Amino acid sequence: MKNTLSSRRFIIMGIFITVGIIYIIRLLFLQVFDDSYAQLANRNALRFVTQYPARGLIYDRNGELLVYNELVYDLMVIPRQVKDLDTALLCKLVGIDKDQFLARMEKATKYSTYAPSSFEKQISKEDFGPIQEKLFMFSGFFAQSRTLRYYPHSVASHALGYVGEVNENMIKKNPYYKKGDYIGMSGLEKYYEETLRGEKGSKITLVDVHNREKGSFQNGKYDTASVAGQNLYSSIDLELQKYAEQIMSNKRGSIVAIEPSTGEILCFVSAPFYDPNLLVGRVRGNNYMKLLNDPSKPLFNRALMAEYPPGSIFKVAQAMIALDMGVISPETGFGCDRSLVGCHNHPAATSVREAIKMSCNPYFYRVYQRIIQQNNPLTGKGDSKYGLSAWDDEMYKMGFGKKLAIDLPDSKSGFIPDTAFYSRIYKGDSWNFYTIYSNSIGQGEVGVIPLQMANFAAIVANRGWYITPHLVKYFGDEHLKKRNTKYVQKHLTMISKDYWNIAVEGMYAVVHEGGGTARRARIDDIAVCGKTGTVQNAGADHSVFICFAPKDNPKIAISVYIENAAGGGGTWAAPIASLIAEKYIRGEVLRKEVEKTYMDAAPCQSLPLRKYIPKPKSE
Amino acid sequence: MERRERGILENIDWGTILIYFLLVFIGWISIYSAVFDENHSSIFDLQTRYGKQILWIGASVIIALFIIVIDPKFFSQTAYIWYGLFIIMLLAVLVVGSETKGAKSWFGVGDFGIQPSEFAKATTALALAKVLSGIDVDMKDLKTKIYAITIVAVPMLLVLLQNDTGSALVFLIFVLVLFREGLSHSVLIFGVVAVILFILALLINTYLLIGILFAITIIIWFLFRSRKLSIWLCLSLFVVASGMVYSVDYVYDNALGTHQKDRIEVLLGQKKDPQGVEYNVNQSKIAIGSGGFFGKGFLKGTQTKYNFVPEQDTDFIFCTVGEEWGFLGSSFVVGLFLTLMVKLIKMAERQRSRFSRIYGYCVASILFAHFAINIGMTIGLLPVIGIPLPFLSYGGSSLISFTFLLFIFIRQDASRMDLV
Repeated sequence: MKNTLSSRRFIIMGIFITVGIIYIIRLLFLQVFDDSYAQLANRNALRFVTQYPARGLIYDRNGELLVYNELVYDLMVIPRQVKDLDTALLCKLVGIDKDQFLARMEKATKYSTYAPSSFEKQISKEDFGPIQEKLFMFSGFFAQSRTLRYYPHSVASHALGYVGEVNENMIKKNPYYKKGDYIGMSGLEKYYEETLRGEKGSKITLVDVHNREKGSFQNGKYDTASVAGQNLYSSIDLELQKYAEQIMSNKRGSIVAIEPSTGEILCFVSAPFYDPNLLVGRVRGNNYMKLLNDPSKPLFNRALMAEYPPGSIFKVAQAMIALDMGVISPETGFGCDRSLVGCHNHPAATSVREAIKMSCNPYFYRVYQRIIQQNNPLTGKGDSKYGLSAWDDEMYKMGFGKKLAIDLPDSKSGFIPDTAFYSRIYKGDSWNFYTIYSNSIGQGEVGVIPLQMANFAAIVANRGWYITPHLVKYFGDEHLKKRNTKYVQKHLTMISKDYWNIAVEGMYAVVHEGGGTARRARIDDIAVCGKTGTVQNAGADHSVFICFAPKDNPKIAISVYIENAAGGGGTWAAPIASLIAEKYIRGEVLRKEVEKTYMDAAPCQSLPLRKYIPKPKSE
Repeated sequence: MERRERGILENIDWGTILIYFLLVFIGWISIYSAVFDENHSSIFDLQTRYGKQILWIGASVIIALFIIVIDPKFFSQTAYIWYGLFIIMLLAVLVVGSETKGAKSWFGVGDFGIQPSEFAKATTALALAKVLSGIDVDMKDLKTKIYAITIVAVPMLLVLLQNDTGSALVFLIFVLVLFREGLSHSVLIFGVVAVILFILALLINTYLLIGILFAITIIIWFLFRSRKLSIWLCLSLFVVASGMVYSVDYVYDNALGTHQKDRIEVLLGQKKDPQGVEYNVNQSKIAIGSGGFFGKGFLKGTQTKYNFVPEQDTDFIFCTVGEEWGFLGSSFVVGLFLTLMVKLIKMAERQRSRFSRIYGYCVASILFAHFAINIGMTIGLLPVIGIPLPFLSYGGSSLISFTFLLFIFIRQDASRMDLV
């Protein structure tokens, strides 16, 4: 009996050893065969802290600051670490009531109890002071600083653009961005995103369970430093931009001004515009929706995206092409035959110069007819194709019908119809000059954007060439500016300078001679060369004007579009363009009465409900 | 007198003492590593837990020496007194004790308290050994069974009243001692079957399980019908099993606290809540698992050092071993425990005195219960039951009581050659 019981020790030892072996096997699996725990441990104890570089600043051409960064704070919370909270005090400091507090805590808890989520976003430095003092009392809460963009002069919203938080699609497209990062959404902020943003760095720190930093991981062996974003030195003239926005504040349309010799954009206005500060920080979401739903479309960048028929200002280009092709000579005259196309009362134009000055519609009907038919009305359709193709090529060389490679995103290309287009529209070759003659006077199928018209003014000013319009001259910082070398190449029209001088003379006459259509654009002792346009559409006419000044050695080329102004180009756009020219060249406007008249005027009639149907109409 | 002293030194089991010191040492460096702070590295700083643990180790060594020096008969003679003393302490702690983590099991304030339930295991072992070593005691007698069960059940119930379920569970391990002393096999088998049924009842639909049990009953009866196994015995066993399965839901819902249920459900994979009730187990597994084969090295464990593992210096001390010393270190500790426990059984079997033998089995069983529950919990094989790992976990009561428990047996063993 004793012996039998004694042998029971083997059963007991067996139990001990079995459990021990099970545990060792389990340890073998946990520690040796399964390496997922090592990763989980790293996820626990390693914090990959992103080092955000400061985003580059944007200056105007004279070194005035247009965009800068301001430090704000996000109040973050880790729900499981919140203990013994003085809710009342926190609510008072943040400026919320108890219900909001509870709602936010619930939201944070729902997101995660152990990962931080933002409790209050973008608290200004001033407001954050009192919170910072008491922050130690609120366990589970901490501050995270970030920067927001600010616009001290509240101007140039359509050129500068805005930044916003990246969305899912952007993150998918470019893994550089992580949730919560900011990215340029429009304007220069978008176009120069990679220049402005710099490169994020990362720092690996060891943290304990309370998220407290416990020093760097392996002495920073795997850390990378962030690279600061570069500044942009833009070509915008702050004073001119402000002045142009002041004029346009009660109007709809656009003003684009270019320095002809360099292609640098001096002012870039699309009206109505908005204060870029509206799209910053906490107020952004609401304001964005408001702007989006505004029927006057303040977010719409007219200078780049509105394709208007160019109207009569197109006649200058027609004349140059016809001269270059040799289908007319500078002294060619056509009678004002109003049976071809409507016109206003004026003497018959006896030269190209006169025709431009008086903007004679039948004259350019004839000119365009010769371009298309190549001076041979009997040859028929084949030559129409040849003529149109030749005309297209010349138009493209002047920057029409294709995208100008401006350093802004989302530019439209305008439209210059080609043979393929008409063959499609007319389902074959049934089209000819008589079906497309509206193009002659800048109506019909052609479309241009205000930037292209300003560029065309610059081409005339330069007598035949342009540098692609752009907004940024230099990158880098004050001590090391790098030239923006993308915009140095001259694009030549290959049309003789002599012909361009005829255009210059014609445009000079438009402003300075009796019978010219833009006498209101005259400035004492500054020779302005311009061309008016009146664009018919479903609503009241658009008033259009392009010009450059001074006539010799031009400093500025301008296009002005005033939508639905119920007047010709000479009525609204011309005097407004002259104010811009005077302001820029003289530094101040001496014609105070003119200034006051056109500042106060609000000629734009309410928007037409239907899409406009282009129709030819004369000055 | 001189001869006798030499006798002790010759007969004392130095292997066991070596294992004891190894475990205590591993425990201390793990505590040191778990609470290590670079700015605060003095070893003897009594503000820190590793500083205090040195104090407890010192106290344990003194108590061990004291036990070695005194007459081995002292404890067998005073067994009931010790037992009675700690029953009174267990009662008193219910009235004047302080509460820690939901269990009212402490005397005194803060860290310098004493937890009677730790010592009660040792004193119960003494009393049980004393009862069962009486002349003409036979495990087969009902009277003996009642005595033995009462000796164990009283402190167990009192500990349960303190809301310290973990420590109370340890008392169940005395069934191994009773088994060695002659309790029927069926007790062990019944215990194992009951545990399996309990787990199955939680995992499987009750009626389905009863159906399965019925099928098994029929099969068993059919297979053993030649041995004239009574159909009635089979059926009554079936009824008992079904009754138990049926009552598990009730017991589970009413007798267990929410956190106990949560821990069991987490273990059975029925509850997913990595940041809630699963957190402890998950973090513990991450810490141990991330140690790899060789471990991250002394003081290099991020999980334990930065408090991701809760209770990383007490109940979850094994995590520190696993993280910093890897599979090598953790299997070494498991091996040490196994060696110690098997050694204790062998030592128990070489005793001439029944008291010593039974007490030896008690020591081995108690250590086994703590070892199995604690490490099983840290590696996710058992639900979270908060009891310390003997000799390694931080804490004065724990270390001193295990030292007390072990060295009484070492002393008994050293004088095993004496006449009974």
